[in-house]
Amino acid sequence: MALTIKEVEHVAMLARLSLSEDEKKRFGEQLSSILNYADTLNVLPTDDVEPLTHILPVKNVFRADEARPGTPREEMLANAPLADEGQYKVPKIM
Amino acid sequence: MAVELYELTVHELQERLARREISSEEIVKSIFARIHNVEDKVKSFITLTEESALQNAREIDQAGKYTGIAGIPMGLKDIFCTRGVKTTCGSGILSNFVPAYDSTASHRLDEQQAVLVGKLNMDEFAMGSSTENSAFFATHNPWDMERVPGGSSGGSASAVAADEVPFALGTDTGGSIRQPASYCGVVGMKPTYGRVSRWGVIAFASSLDQVGVFSKDVRDNALIMNIISGHDPLDSTSAAIEVPDYTSYLDGDVKGLRIAYPKEYFQQGVDASIKELIKKALLKYEELGAVVEEVSLPHSEYALPAYYLVAPAEASANLARFDGVRYGYRDTEAENVVSMFSESRAQGFGDEVKRRIMLGTYALSSGYYDAYYLKALKVRRLIANDFEKVFRDFDVIVSPTTPTTAFKLGEQSGDPLTIYMNDILTVPINMAGLPGMSIPCGFDQGLPVGMQLIGKAFDEATLFKAAYAFEQNTAYHTMKPALGVK
Repeated sequence: MALTIKEVEHVAMLARLSLSEDEKKRFGEQLSSILNYADTLNVLPTDDVEPLTHILPVKNVFRADEARPGTPREEMLANAPLADEGQYKVPKIM
Repeated sequence: MAVELYELTVHELQERLARREISSEEIVKSIFARIHNVEDKVKSFITLTEESALQNAREIDQAGKYTGIAGIPMGLKDIFCTRGVKTTCGSGILSNFVPAYDSTASHRLDEQQAVLVGKLNMDEFAMGSSTENSAFFATHNPWDMERVPGGSSGGSASAVAADEVPFALGTDTGGSIRQPASYCGVVGMKPTYGRVSRWGVIAFASSLDQVGVFSKDVRDNALIMNIISGHDPLDSTSAAIEVPDYTSYLDGDVKGLRIAYPKEYFQQGVDASIKELIKKALLKYEELGAVVEEVSLPHSEYALPAYYLVAPAEASANLARFDGVRYGYRDTEAENVVSMFSESRAQGFGDEVKRRIMLGTYALSSGYYDAYYLKALKVRRLIANDFEKVFRDFDVIVSPTTPTTAFKLGEQSGDPLTIYMNDILTVPINMAGLPGMSIPCGFDQGLPVGMQLIGKAFDEATLFKAAYAFEQNTAYHTMKPALGVK
C-alpha cells in the first residue's frame, strides 16, 4: 500500500513532527515500502496466537509507598531550555 | 618492542596493578596517548573526560587498593546517563544535556572505581547499523578507515578494537552490540532481556533494549558482566534471578555440549566466505568434543519485518518525551506550545529517528493497530516458540553474526530497507529476549568476521563457556588492526 500525503500529514500531526513538503513526499515513499515489507507477515496465520507483549513473566512490580529523597529541583531545572521561579516555562497554551 | 599498557586486557591490567608493577595513572596516561594518536582517524568519542580520569586514577593510586576493576579505564556509549558529564545519545536534540543522575550499569562500575575515559559515538537514539546516523560525525572502522564500524554502538566497538579503551558498555536492541563487535573483531555480549538494569539508559524500544559489554577477550567480558548484572529496584523489568560468577565457567571444556546451527541463518544472502568460517568454527567445536547438529527456526524470516513494527512503535512512545520543555533543544521562535513541540522535534531529530517515529506512530494509530502492531506481537510469540523448541534439545545455537563484513561509509545511506537487512541474524534474538554474543572467528579479505552464540534465557554462563573454549583454541582475538600508526 502507498501512503497518501494526507495520511503522512495526519501521522506527523499525531507524532508532533513538523515536516517539509520534501520530507512528506520522501517519508511517504519510504514508509510505504517498509509497510509493504511488513505485509509479508500476513502469510502467517495468527488467529490463535497469544501476542507476546513482554518477555519476562513479571506483572505489576510494586515497592513500599515510602517517601525517598529525589533529585533537587535546581538540578533538574538546570537542563530546562527555559525556567522561571522554579518552574518550566513554555509559550502560551490557550 | 615492549607491549604498551593501552594494548592490554582488563585482566592483564588487573594482574599488573595487583603486583604493583604499574599505577592507574600510568594506564590512563597510556590510554590518552593512544587516543590522541588515533582518534582523529577513528573518531570513536563524542566526549573525552581526560582531566577527571587522571584525577580519579591518582586518587585510586593514593588509596593503593587495586581490588576488582579499580583503576581500570572504561568507555561508555553516549546513551548511558552520567551525572555531570554530557550525554547526547548521538542526537542534536540532546547536544547539551547533562544528566543529574547515573545509569545503574555505569554506577556499578563507578562504585568499583573503574575510570571513565569518555562517552562513545553512536547512531542517534541507537537507531542504525553504521554509526553514520550520529548527529555529530561518523566513526571509522579501525580495520579499514573507509568502512563503518557497524552500529548503533559503533564508537564502543571501534574504541575497543583500536585500543582506545580496554572495555566499553553498549546497548543492543536489534544487534547494536553484536553487529559492531563482529565488524570490528571484538567480543560483544548482549545478555538476556532483564539481566542488566536499563535505569538511566536512554530508551529506544523498552521491550527489546538491553545493556551489554564490548571487550578484547571473553574473560574480560565475563568479569565486567559479573559487575553490571543483577536486579535493580529502579528497573521493574530487571530480573531478580541469581547471577553466577561468569568467570568460573571459563574452563575450556565443551565436551558433550550440544550445539545447534539453524539452517535459515545460512541462507538470506549470507556471504559464502562467512558461512565457510562459521562451518569451520563448528568443526572446531566438534574437535573439542561438542555435539553439533543442524536445526530449523522456521519463522526466522519474519523476525525482521515484525521487529520494524515493534521497535518503532515503542520508540514513538519513548521519544514523545523530547518536547523541548524539560531538557534538550527548543525552538524558541514558536508562538504556541504545539508548534514549539513540532518545531523543536523537527529541528532536533535526524532523518532515521523521524522515520521510525512516523512508522511507529502509524503502526499504533487507530485503524492500523491490529493489522500492524498486534500482528507483529503475535509473530514475536512464534519466533520465541521456535527458539524454545530448539533449546529443549540443545545448549547453544551458533550462527554468523552478520550476513556480510563491514560495508563502506556512505554505501548504504540510500534505501532504509537495505540497511535494515544488516540486522537480519541478530534481531530474532532480541525478539525472543535471549542472550547473544559475537566473538571473532576469522577474517575475510582483511576484515573481521563474527560468530554469534545464542543461549537460553539467563544462561549467559554457557555462552561464556562455549566462547572461551573457541577463543582459547584460536588466535583471532589477538589480531590487531594496523591503523597506519606506530
